[in-house]
Amino acid sequence: MNRYNRHIILPEIGQTGQDKINNAKVLVIGAGGLGCPILQYLAAAGVGSLGIIDFDVVEASNLQRQVLFGNSTLGQNKAMAAKQRLEDLNPEISISAYAEQLTYQNAIELFEKYDVVVDGSDNFETRYLVNDACIITNTPLVFGAIFKFEGQVSVFNYNNGPSYRCLFPSAPEKGSVPNCSEIGVLGVLPGIIGTMQANEALKIILGIGTTLSGKLLCYNALTAQSHILKISKSENEISKVLNEKHLFSQKEMDANCAIPNAAISIENILKKENIQLIDVREPHELPKVEDLEVTYIPLSQLKNNLEKIDSKKEKFIFCQSGIRSKKAVSFLIELGFSNCSSIKEGAPEINNYLETQQKATTDVR
Amino acid sequence: MNITIKYFGQIAEVTQKESEQLDFSEGSIAEVLDVLYCKYGTLKNKEFKIAQNQELVSENEKLTGAEIALLPPFSGG
Repeated sequence: MNRYNRHIILPEIGQTGQDKINNAKVLVIGAGGLGCPILQYLAAAGVGSLGIIDFDVVEASNLQRQVLFGNSTLGQNKAMAAKQRLEDLNPEISISAYAEQLTYQNAIELFEKYDVVVDGSDNFETRYLVNDACIITNTPLVFGAIFKFEGQVSVFNYNNGPSYRCLFPSAPEKGSVPNCSEIGVLGVLPGIIGTMQANEALKIILGIGTTLSGKLLCYNALTAQSHILKISKSENEISKVLNEKHLFSQKEMDANCAIPNAAISIENILKKENIQLIDVREPHELPKVEDLEVTYIPLSQLKNNLEKIDSKKEKFIFCQSGIRSKKAVSFLIELGFSNCSSIKEGAPEINNYLETQQKATTDVR
Repeated sequence: MNITIKYFGQIAEVTQKESEQLDFSEGSIAEVLDVLYCKYGTLKNKEFKIAQNQELVSENEKLTGAEIALLPPFSGG
């Protein structure tokens, strides 16, 4: 029996529609809460060429909603882990995983390879970057975003319709709108919103039904109510983006978002072998992490002590709170070191974690 | 006229309710906002767009509708 039989027997899709799906090229931004259901349904539907871009790694706190991952993929890059899972789900399609951050430098070239972009990112800066790159490359954008128990879905830049900037012209001030990691999210919500995004993408590919172009769907998981609001196109907002097209690739991501490597939690690091732990705090700073083998190089002395860094090992850097360690990672990457990541926890939390682990082992005995 | 005002996301957290009914004489959307800013002090610091009868409008728009919605941007994913 044909894998796509249940599509093909629908008169609205048929073999012709299924061929359109099989020939479609879709790029999904982020393999997180929204990205997982989007990717799962698009891969299952047979989208011929599926791109996934995500620089982050799988953590235990993701598993409550990011349904493509499990314990066996903790610590792995999300784009790579998603590709591995989706290749089992549907080996007939081609999947490209980009284990890197989406930036003003790589977006245009990447978007030009795809017919539709689906945004599952988790911050305003990336969302505006995606919107503007879609305007510049004339690519339809399926938008989805969540907040606690509520979600928004729309289709932008499609059939001469409005863009995200026609709704919200510019990003709110940093820190004024919290994200999921700060405030929490009901796990099933991105499942619902991401699935709606996959549905919009399929309607665009198939040319059936009515998309959410020019409309914003607002869904509330607590009341099960949805509202659809009309958005009008602002030619002014769109031409502003097009007029500054030549400056796009010169823009830089905000430093807070442009962390070359996501911070990884100590729990996931200790599962790895062949690692070097580096403490970049000044010598007087306490507490020391005494239960693990640690190389001490203060951030201020880093460039004079590069010989202490083991290029054959995967390097994990920590400090007191996780800020200097990120600076150290950026610095090492600039110097051409690979395989360096920042540890999410600072030294005090690392010690707390080790203590609870030891206690757990003793209790079992 | 009696207007139903709907609040979404972070706005509903400020107002502590998802909707309410308020009475207005004729005017513009801006006058509705003035009343809401007085009623909810921190609303002024929040980012949102306004829809009248399910259509996004500017605050200079004449108040014609039975329903106003305050819609903040979400970024989560």
